[in-house]
Amino acid sequence: MSPNQAPSAVSAAPVSGAAGAPEPLPAVRLRELRKTFGTVTAVDGIDLDIAQGEFFAMLGPSGSGKTTVLRMIAGFELPTSGTVELAGSDVSRLAPFQRDVNTVFQDYALFPHMSVQANVEYGLRVKRVPKAQRAERAREALRTVRLEDFAQRRPAQLSGGQRQRVALARALVNRPKVLLLDEPLGALDLKLRQAMQVELKQIQREVGITFVFVTHDQDEALTMSDRIAVFDQGRIEQVGTPVEVYERPASAFVAGFVGTSNLLGGRGAEAVLGRSGVYSIRPEKIRVDTDLAAPAGTDEVSATGTVTDVVYAGATVRYEVALDVGGQLAAVRQNEGSPAFELAGSRVRLVWRSEHSFRVPDASDHR
Amino acid sequence: MNVSRTTRYVLFGALGLGLAVIYFPLLVVLLNSVNADTTFGWPPTRFTLEWWSRAVTNEGALSALWTSVQVGLAATVIALVLGTMAAFALQRYRFFGRDQVSLLIILPIALPGIVTGIALNNAFRTVFGIELGMLTVIVAHATFCIVVVFNNVIARLRRLGGNLEEASMDLGADGVTTFRLVTFPMLRSALLAGGLLAFALSFDEIIVTTFTLGAGLETLPIWILNNLFRPNQAPVVNVVAAVLILVSTVPVYLAQRLSGDTASGGRL
Repeated sequence: MSPNQAPSAVSAAPVSGAAGAPEPLPAVRLRELRKTFGTVTAVDGIDLDIAQGEFFAMLGPSGSGKTTVLRMIAGFELPTSGTVELAGSDVSRLAPFQRDVNTVFQDYALFPHMSVQANVEYGLRVKRVPKAQRAERAREALRTVRLEDFAQRRPAQLSGGQRQRVALARALVNRPKVLLLDEPLGALDLKLRQAMQVELKQIQREVGITFVFVTHDQDEALTMSDRIAVFDQGRIEQVGTPVEVYERPASAFVAGFVGTSNLLGGRGAEAVLGRSGVYSIRPEKIRVDTDLAAPAGTDEVSATGTVTDVVYAGATVRYEVALDVGGQLAAVRQNEGSPAFELAGSRVRLVWRSEHSFRVPDASDHR
Repeated sequence: MNVSRTTRYVLFGALGLGLAVIYFPLLVVLLNSVNADTTFGWPPTRFTLEWWSRAVTNEGALSALWTSVQVGLAATVIALVLGTMAAFALQRYRFFGRDQVSLLIILPIALPGIVTGIALNNAFRTVFGIELGMLTVIVAHATFCIVVVFNNVIARLRRLGGNLEEASMDLGADGVTTFRLVTFPMLRSALLAGGLLAFALSFDEIIVTTFTLGAGLETLPIWILNNLFRPNQAPVVNVVAAVLILVSTVPVYLAQRLSGDTASGGRL
């Protein structure tokens, strides 16, 4: 904690906070956070503020450092340098059991030798909460995740989705300031995962606890989070709302990882857009027109090319188009029933609004 | 797997033959312990419990049994403590020479008993100047009993991973509480299995025992060896052998059930 801050969160308004209402301290604040394992740098100097009550996603490919950051917040790993603050107090060197955070593990880590009830009560038990009270709170937590009828079962007798909810109840029952979730839906099948996404979001709104959520699934991050931090190679590439991250990716990596990579650069960009640099266009913003001569509307740009591939994906169809000016773009359109495969090999014109092509920093002006 | 009928018959035949070779002689021992004929004519014609009642009052056999139990329990306790500690050290920490240490711990069970026996005998008497007695045989047995405990515990630790302990700490339990409420309960069945196997190993050991047991002491297997060719003791030897079969079978059976008890992590 910095010396000019009082220990209590209520009175701890920043000195610079002028006359207005005191700005609440972030639930999690990371400063210059770094972690190396031997010669490998897993986390390479991260600064991040996560607000109270936020549903925050840490998104990135495996090995991007997101899980290591989560483990440093939980206290399972100690940072090589930098600090972890929870609600204003520095916990960088504290053991996991001294921190007011709880974790939902990827494989749930339920205690197999205890009943569901005993699992959920565990945190209260080790904190010596009286028996009657902890039974009541466990029941309440199990009700929140709709598992009150399963209290006496063993974890081995539950399905994957039920175990996941027990893990959630076991963490929530302690009413932590921050709940950490490490790929909590990764082991579930698609339907269950989608249902749990909605449910998790609901539960988070009900309990009002800050959720920090690690995932490599961009859909999950976009659907559930208030804000997303996109990780790559131990650094944060971009922090923003789902709309910001998707519509205005800050780098080619973000553009490619969140959504389909659809980049136009070099001579292609100069010819089509009249500007140099690398530009990203979301495939669903591109219209496929078979009339090559039709004039582009105002604020629209267009490029002709040949369809090299048609990928049928049920609800949508994706066209891979080799542009005449060089480069390759994908366009996605709803499967409206028109014969999708007829276009394979034919000449088309791609049309999109110029505001939908936005410049991303490429390798030449990056790092 | 789908196998032809002939293959199945051949395989079952081989299985039956193999098991018969092993277990038929044991069955003979059990039957002879109640065979009324003192020369053990085969097949037995009359049965008696005479030998059993004589055995339970045979002082030599009883004192040998007591020695065996004492040695077995003491060696098992030593093996449990050291084997568990070794398993934790090798599973949880990475250090220089880790694989070599692991090999050194397992080696005693593979070494010929006669080598271990002579080596320990020399070391005890000439190097350390310790007189052979019960203590020396306990230490000797512990050297190979550690192996089974170590193997059981390290297998369990491997399967558990560190995740449950992290979950426990995350929920507010310190190291000691985590061991008491999570680690130990998860290890309990592995410890029991390892301990039972260790006891069974010690209980029927004879070669190392011969070289490390003090004069005037007899464990049960040694007593059998010493009395095997005394005609008037022969019926009692059969009874003792039958007891030995039962006493070593039960722990091994239990141990097998316990270590097979995987996902539930130990209900015992």
